Amino acid sequence: MNTATNNKHTQTISFWYDPDKRSILYQIGAACLFAFVAWYLVSNTMINLERQSIATGFGFLNNEAAFEIGESLIKYSAADRYAKALLVGFLNTLLVSFIGVILTVILGTFLGIARLSKNWLINRCAAGYIELFQDIPVLLQLFFWYAFFYEMLPSPKAAISPFNGLFLSNRGLIFGIPQYDPAFRYMAIALLIAAIVIFFLKKWAKKRQDLTGNAFPVLMTSIVVFIGFPFVCWVIGGMPTQMNVPVLKGFNFKGGLTISPEFSALLLGLVLYTAAFVAEVVRAGIQSVNKGQTEAAMAIGLKPGQVLNLIILPQALRVIIPPLTSQMLNLTKNSSLAVAIGYPDFVSVAGTAINQTGQAIEGVLLIMIVYLVFSLSTSAFMNWYNEKMAIIER
Amino acid sequence: MELDAENNSTVVIKPPISSIGIIGWMKENLFSSPFNAILTIIIVSVLWFSVIPFLKWALIDSSWLPDSNCRGTGGACWSIITSNYKIILFGFYPQHILWRPITAICILVSLLFVSRNRNYWNALLGYAWLFSLVIMGLLLKGGLVGLESVEIEKWGGIILTLLLSVFGLTAAYPMGIILALGRQSKMPVIKTFCIFYIELIRGVPLISLLFMSSVVFPLFLPEGVSINGILRAQIAIILFTAAYIAEVVRGGLQGMNKGQFEAADSIGLNYIQTMRLIILPQALKIVIPPSVSVLISAFKDTSLVVIIGLYDLLKTTQTTLSEPKWMGFSSEAYIFIALIYFVCCFFMSTYSRKLEKELNTDLK
Repeated sequence: MNTATNNKHTQTISFWYDPDKRSILYQIGAACLFAFVAWYLVSNTMINLERQSIATGFGFLNNEAAFEIGESLIKYSAADRYAKALLVGFLNTLLVSFIGVILTVILGTFLGIARLSKNWLINRCAAGYIELFQDIPVLLQLFFWYAFFYEMLPSPKAAISPFNGLFLSNRGLIFGIPQYDPAFRYMAIALLIAAIVIFFLKKWAKKRQDLTGNAFPVLMTSIVVFIGFPFVCWVIGGMPTQMNVPVLKGFNFKGGLTISPEFSALLLGLVLYTAAFVAEVVRAGIQSVNKGQTEAAMAIGLKPGQVLNLIILPQALRVIIPPLTSQMLNLTKNSSLAVAIGYPDFVSVAGTAINQTGQAIEGVLLIMIVYLVFSLSTSAFMNWYNEKMAIIER
Repeated sequence: MELDAENNSTVVIKPPISSIGIIGWMKENLFSSPFNAILTIIIVSVLWFSVIPFLKWALIDSSWLPDSNCRGTGGACWSIITSNYKIILFGFYPQHILWRPITAICILVSLLFVSRNRNYWNALLGYAWLFSLVIMGLLLKGGLVGLESVEIEKWGGIILTLLLSVFGLTAAYPMGIILALGRQSKMPVIKTFCIFYIELIRGVPLISLLFMSSVVFPLFLPEGVSINGILRAQIAIILFTAAYIAEVVRGGLQGMNKGQFEAADSIGLNYIQTMRLIILPQALKIVIPPSVSVLISAFKDTSLVVIIGLYDLLKTTQTTLSEPKWMGFSSEAYIFIALIYFVCCFFMSTYSRKLEKELNTDLK
């Protein structure tokens, strides 16, 4: 009888007032609207593309690019295909982001610690730096540094050279590098092996400490292994010391390694800008650790270094890492501003390709996909990290 | 005896001279340990050798008068600003009616100034904002009540920067709220759309959206219809900012107590009433400070339109710099506009910090 009344009750709710049915209706409506807008835009685009006789699809990637790229990590010439040109751009984006991230973390950490210093002067200087660099658009900073490198620095003939082998001019920073020798390849392999050895050494040392309580000097051993392996290789390889020193020939330098003004301006601008944000992140992270933690650690007799390593850092890092990764991602996304100062990053190369082929949709789509891959892989890492670092509560 | 003790207690023993006054302060704050003392000396000397030459360059050796020849003086050439400030600040806006954008900016600044105080936040202020936005638009565009009409293409410099950021944020805020509500929704289709949109936009750089607005968007429109470049950039900025606003608002929504929803349900409010009367007023209050941060970055990000060739503050400066007479004085020009951006952002961030303190009601 009870169920009968219930049934009767539900039947009395009219279709429009049943939240479940209504929500389905809303969703169908939203989906239809979306489909209609998509159809409208796509059909317009199709008509327009046909009218302007622009090709569609990614077939253009196989055509000859026919433009030079200023700097490249791999061999590239104008006769190569668009796909290769885009790869060059992608590698340039990776390069500037990778170096930028490392420098930013170092500078940002220093600034963050300086911001917490008891020394009034250091504290104020760090605060002033953070405020100043956060409040000026990064693009303006890039333009400023770029103009600075071009206008303030002398021509190659009058290059600033603090010591032989290093020249600073408006063609960039040029310095001597060791002449290539087969021994270097073996040194690189030795470095890799050293890293693997250290990884297993650390695991073994932790296991031993868990079992016996005896600590193993992991850090010292690691440093010795890390420097020693390549050094041994270098000695066996005949100790090559010949340098490839740049010399002035005509209007520019020959030899050595050149860091272009575009790259330097981009790197400098991105690092100085992002470091200001990282400093705030680091400061907040350190401040988030309760003072009692330090006191408790000291009370059980840990040394200051151990307090920092075992107590403060693991807790501060939990707070620091998530916003830090998003700042790293911001740096990578901001590296797309390279297009404004003429450094051939991915966006800049894709922009040239768009101008030449007229295939704007594919070009912009490629740009979006590349950056989406960066950000999705970063957020995947973040999720993994958060899971790993989550406080295990008992 | 007692009397004696009382007499003694009136003798004021001064703290040692080394722990009060300027010496004491310096001892505590600059030279508290040998390490700190060394750092202080290093910093002071670095400042001495960088700030003094800079001040000499910027103030003493510099030329200020418009149209003076500053080549070879060795100092800053502020003449580039004094000669070209009209172009830099207002772009190609007709120079004989510059009072109109100036009035519009004054209205905006005074409104912002009034809105600083939270006691004035009421419906009247809302209407004042709406009314002033219309007036400002009228002043800039003209064409009515005897004002000369000015093409939108000619709006440049700081007008464009302010236009893109003020309208960008005003339009992005409601859109962001809707996206945030959509992301919290129980309807899977709508939720998926919103998540997809927010994550897509937040994953790509603004420059790709601006490219889209300048080269792809015209292809979306039917034949014969075209939209002005400024408006297209504005749409891109709105779409971009909305995704960030949505994440900020979502933070506020997630911070709401479940009891608030249940209480609203139990007094029979429907979804729209619950959100409008109960949830959003509280959630939006929490997220005011992060919203100001979004505003600051939106303001800074408007400078990116220079890449698609719009004449914002940065582009007008570069136009000036490309004149042969002013070539080579980039530092002065960039320092000038950096100062404009800095002053605006500094006020906003100071305000956001002040608000955060005011709104922080937990007693710590």
